[in-house]
Amino acid sequence: MIERARPLAASLAVVAVLVAFPLVASGFYLEFTTKVMILAIFALSLELLVGATGLVSLGHAAFYGIAAYAAVLLSPKYGAANFFWLLPAAVACSALYALVIGALSLRTRGVYFIMVTLAFAQMAYYVFHDTKLGGGTDGIYLNVKPAVALFGVKLVDVGKPLVLYYVVLAFLVLVFAFLATLLASRFGRALAGIRSNEQRMRAAGFPTFFYKLAAFTLAGALAGLAGFLVAVKDGFVNPEMLSWHESGAVLLMLILGGMGRLSGAVLGAFVFALLQLFFQWDAVFGSAAQHWQLLLGGTIIACVAFMPDGLIGLPTQWRAWRARERPGAANG
Amino acid sequence: MADGPMPLLRARGVTRRFGGLTAVSDVSLDLVEGEIHAVIGTNGAGKSTFINVLAGEIPITSGAVELLGDDVTTWSQPRRARRGLGRSYQRTTVFPRFTVFENCRLAAQAARQLAWNWWAPAAACPVSGAAANDALEKAGLAAIAQRVAGLLSHGQKRQLEIAMCLATRPRVLLLDEPLAGMGPEETDRMLELLSGLKAGHAILLVEHDMDAVFRVSDRITVMVNGSVIASNLPAAVRADPEVQLAYLGEGDAH
Repeated sequence: MIERARPLAASLAVVAVLVAFPLVASGFYLEFTTKVMILAIFALSLELLVGATGLVSLGHAAFYGIAAYAAVLLSPKYGAANFFWLLPAAVACSALYALVIGALSLRTRGVYFIMVTLAFAQMAYYVFHDTKLGGGTDGIYLNVKPAVALFGVKLVDVGKPLVLYYVVLAFLVLVFAFLATLLASRFGRALAGIRSNEQRMRAAGFPTFFYKLAAFTLAGALAGLAGFLVAVKDGFVNPEMLSWHESGAVLLMLILGGMGRLSGAVLGAFVFALLQLFFQWDAVFGSAAQHWQLLLGGTIIACVAFMPDGLIGLPTQWRAWRARERPGAANG
Repeated sequence: MADGPMPLLRARGVTRRFGGLTAVSDVSLDLVEGEIHAVIGTNGAGKSTFINVLAGEIPITSGAVELLGDDVTTWSQPRRARRGLGRSYQRTTVFPRFTVFENCRLAAQAARQLAWNWWAPAAACPVSGAAANDALEKAGLAAIAQRVAGLLSHGQKRQLEIAMCLATRPRVLLLDEPLAGMGPEETDRMLELLSGLKAGHAILLVEHDMDAVFRVSDRITVMVNGSVIASNLPAAVRADPEVQLAYLGEGDAH
């Protein structure tokens, strides 16, 4: 019971801090945190694939970007689209692309799967990069933010940073709770089995391909939700959202935070974004701040070397180290 | 055999080629409820390939497989498994990070997957939980159900491998070297377990430990280079000159 109660208490504490955060912060910090919470949703969606199912995809940004473009392209040019149809429509676009890509790429395994997902993501990237569909390399603007209205009654204005902050926070909590429930369900346990030993799962009678395809499509849809929120927040989308840099960055968030646990994905997204911000701080790093990627990369390599289970695994790593140092403390 | 019970699994002329190599050549056998049917043979005789073909893990080149009266020749492995075919592996394939119970519960879940029920926790699934406890009881692992599978002894892992098979409630068991790497005491316990499973199951046993094979088998098929050279009762197989030649001939080569 304690083992189950503790993560729940920690999650509630984090939510409480995020709910209270706008009381002390505004402007840049509010917007930054909104962005990081969107990244956390993006990282959670990949965690469903990488951590829960054992499928390492290097093309996850495609689904993130496609929903963002869909949000802009499906909105009327000079009017507001309704949030409640634009969101499902944008997410459906990503889910559909994920369904097709998954059906093709899940026939491969391991490093081939990584390369095939990367290839399909690059394909999507160049469609937006090299054609006029979404304004080419310049990207495209969402002129009017979608209206959050039901039956003609406007509920909230997502154009206001504070409102958007709470909308994004609500989505983050929903996605986290949804995935936590999903992973404890029969479907989620089957994914865990596939991650551990797919051959054994097939021998037991699970059609593993369809489980993996369902997970891939769902992960694509959730990445699409994150992408949609980016489009609403920034009011602007460009092809870089689909680039392999984004796919790599979200994978690094998982590695940094610790794979196999949802909280690792959220922690990873926050730490990654904070490190990125930190290393770009020229008051601290002077001219080195221009080479922040180098500093960030070095830090991540060090983290991977010293924390194989990521930040979320540090307490466990610490206890294991203590047990080794004092063999009497635990049975060896 | 003609007036015996209906076989639960029938292999008819099962052949598997890899390019120019014929790994399994025209093998036919019946597995009957209440019997342990051992398949023995030297290394590379095609025993594991035969099991893999029967289980649907690799496609058949020609021949037919019938399971509980259904022609399953073109069925996928998961579908055959759900119809009542369980198998164990030569290498241990338990889920090392799950508990012993969860290993079995997850295997049992295959019978009633409810893959689209994303809300109900799997731990509360009454069907798979009961099947898992039942399998653990049969395999003699009930006392260590809450241990983490990866930390078990080798012999216990092999037992768990069988328990996971049983959790899916199969009628036919294909066991690929369940005694591999076991000490004498563990071997005894496993043989006792296998004998106990005869009731209600048809068992195909691939094994290298000849003493063990002759102790528990009701029928023995001998394979050499992919073909069956003898298939008979244990005493007759032991006396078969061709079988002796095949085994001793292999010994002479070294």
